[in-house]
Amino acid sequence: MHPAFQGLLTIAIGVSGCVGYFYLSNQFLDRVLFPPRGPNAGRNINRANMIRPWLFLFPALAALGLYLAYPVVETLRLSLTDRVPGGGYKWVGLDNYIQMAKEPKFWEAMRNNMFWLIIVPAMSTAFGLLVAQLTDRIRWGNLAKSLIFMPMAISFVGASVIWKLVYDTRPAEQDQIGMLNALYVFFGGTEPQTWLTIPFWNSFLLMVVLIWIQTGFAMVILSAALRGIPEETIEAAILDGANPFQIFFRIKVPQIKTTILVVWTTITITVLKVFDIVFAMTNGQWETQVLANYMYDKLFRANDWGVGSASAMVIMLLVAPILVWNVRNARKEME
Amino acid sequence: MSDIAGTKPALRWVVHASVLFLVVLWVVPTLGLLISSFRTADQIATSGWWRSLFPSEQNLTLRSAAPDTQVLENGLYVIEGNLFDEGTKATISKWGVSSRAVDAFSPGDTAELRKGGTITVDATGNYRMENPEEFTGSRGSRVFATAELPPEFTLDNYHKVLLAEDSTDSMGRAFFNTLTVTIPATIIPILVAAFAAYALAWMDFPGRALIIAAVVGLLVVPLQLALIPLLKFHLNIGIGKGYLGVWMAHTGFGLPLAIYLLRNYMAGLPRDLIENARVDGATEFQIFTKLILPLSFPALASFAIFQFLWTWNDLLVAKVFLIDASGQTTVMTNRIVELLGTRGGNWEILATAAFVSIIVPLIVFFAMQKYLVRGLLAGSVK
Repeated sequence: MHPAFQGLLTIAIGVSGCVGYFYLSNQFLDRVLFPPRGPNAGRNINRANMIRPWLFLFPALAALGLYLAYPVVETLRLSLTDRVPGGGYKWVGLDNYIQMAKEPKFWEAMRNNMFWLIIVPAMSTAFGLLVAQLTDRIRWGNLAKSLIFMPMAISFVGASVIWKLVYDTRPAEQDQIGMLNALYVFFGGTEPQTWLTIPFWNSFLLMVVLIWIQTGFAMVILSAALRGIPEETIEAAILDGANPFQIFFRIKVPQIKTTILVVWTTITITVLKVFDIVFAMTNGQWETQVLANYMYDKLFRANDWGVGSASAMVIMLLVAPILVWNVRNARKEME
Repeated sequence: MSDIAGTKPALRWVVHASVLFLVVLWVVPTLGLLISSFRTADQIATSGWWRSLFPSEQNLTLRSAAPDTQVLENGLYVIEGNLFDEGTKATISKWGVSSRAVDAFSPGDTAELRKGGTITVDATGNYRMENPEEFTGSRGSRVFATAELPPEFTLDNYHKVLLAEDSTDSMGRAFFNTLTVTIPATIIPILVAAFAAYALAWMDFPGRALIIAAVVGLLVVPLQLALIPLLKFHLNIGIGKGYLGVWMAHTGFGLPLAIYLLRNYMAGLPRDLIENARVDGATEFQIFTKLILPLSFPALASFAIFQFLWTWNDLLVAKVFLIDASGQTTVMTNRIVELLGTRGGNWEILATAAFVSIIVPLIVFFAMQKYLVRGLLAGSVK
């Protein structure tokens, strides 16, 4: 069967299955199980209303449980076991974590991830805030924002190709076709550099790709937040003789502090999961390894599910504080 | 009202200039790739893409017509023609007939040919060869020219990448595979999430707050954790690697955001509307399909765009749940990574392949930016 046809069939089955499930289960509840008539009509209505939410929720809860909640537990279990040749698992305690801690590649990934975690959210938020502020009152601001927002639509892989061309290197005697080297040579650089192979600095060149993508996201959210600031506070500051920089840093930024924090944490989570960029551009060579790519290496190249799961748990652990913070905020908001 | 872009003209000018600078900085890398995809391999390899926008001076090796085209005029054997292909508007500044002196002559000069006879070349590439004796040999004479060529672009790369039969460079199949992954993976989670979001927004039952909190928590769970357990699960229940698996995985991973976005939106709908419908005797199912779904269209559209962009651009989920050894089920992102590995230097193929995969999300992005922005604003946990 042709995959496109299979796809259409799946849409048809999936959609009609969903609609059918919801319709029929509601019908069953109202007509057969607790019909709202006869001697127990009142009681039946109440009972039906107690059950109905769970009918609506069931498919979603089942999928969430199976595809997100269960894997967390299972990954934890896998990280504490080793596969036995021929099938089955044996309990090894923390051996996988200890083995991982002895690998220099893991610490290289941890070190790089630290830099990623500090630099990418900071730079994206800073650029986003800058663009949001600068475009706020100029006539072609929306066009400018739209263009800076555009990389959001581009895949990490596509962005990697785009930036690989920027970082491209040709031998010294030829014309440089990568912009970075062309500029470098133009401004008096002696030899064209193979940028992506320079340890330590190459990680920063990879971060540029993610900053380039994430700035648009930060800008959109912060721009909306800036517009939400009450005009009176700014007017008052102007009357008191504040200069534009004071207005920005002393009046505006403090008022959108929570939004900045939200943007920051959202980008932090993206950074922790970043895989495609490193995978496509250097594949972790030349000391550019990051946790997500390390994990992929372990799981699917080395086929070591134990250590792979252990490194996945490390990512989970790093995400955990943000998770807790988000949940607490959401609960506070609902009260 | 004034702020940084305040009343001072100098400051205003600085604001415009810096925004322009940032926009250029952000657009130029993509532009470079786009322009490169319209250039030939030779052009890409020999000059930066930014040069292709302007006429460029190149050293060319051209060849006159073969001796069998010669005609006899007043006792002289003559070959006439133009050195360039038809349609090329080049301007020759220097030329020569020997590879050791490629710039010996100016346009209009006449040079002695090594095999006898003379050649005159003008600036537009027209030449006239004269010889009292017959020209011999099977090929024409070589002419070396330094010429200024106008910008030149080609669609050949796209033809090759999209339509070529040989499978090494082709993106055609990957394009359809990506579409096959994306569409069901966008539609199904919307439907599942919409019902759940309605229950969480407008039905009262014990445990509701707990479920909402759980959804918020699951929003940030890295999908990396799900890879092995779910692959194991898929292999155990017999669907293995394939479209069904990748659709289910994308549905599962997309649900938290879908439920979160839709619940927030639905909770903001006017209470009277729903109460009135209940009083009028509408069932919950009717309220949902006739009232809530149509009213929630903006939120549905927001999520649909997110999920579409995310599944179209995804590499990891496809690699783990879809792509098997047969190579029949590859998606575009994966093809591009493969091309980066095998054809890292062939920028014409890479650039074109990348652009084929980028163009669809870009169209969606520019057409539906409004909904995307709205979704972003609603989706970031406040």
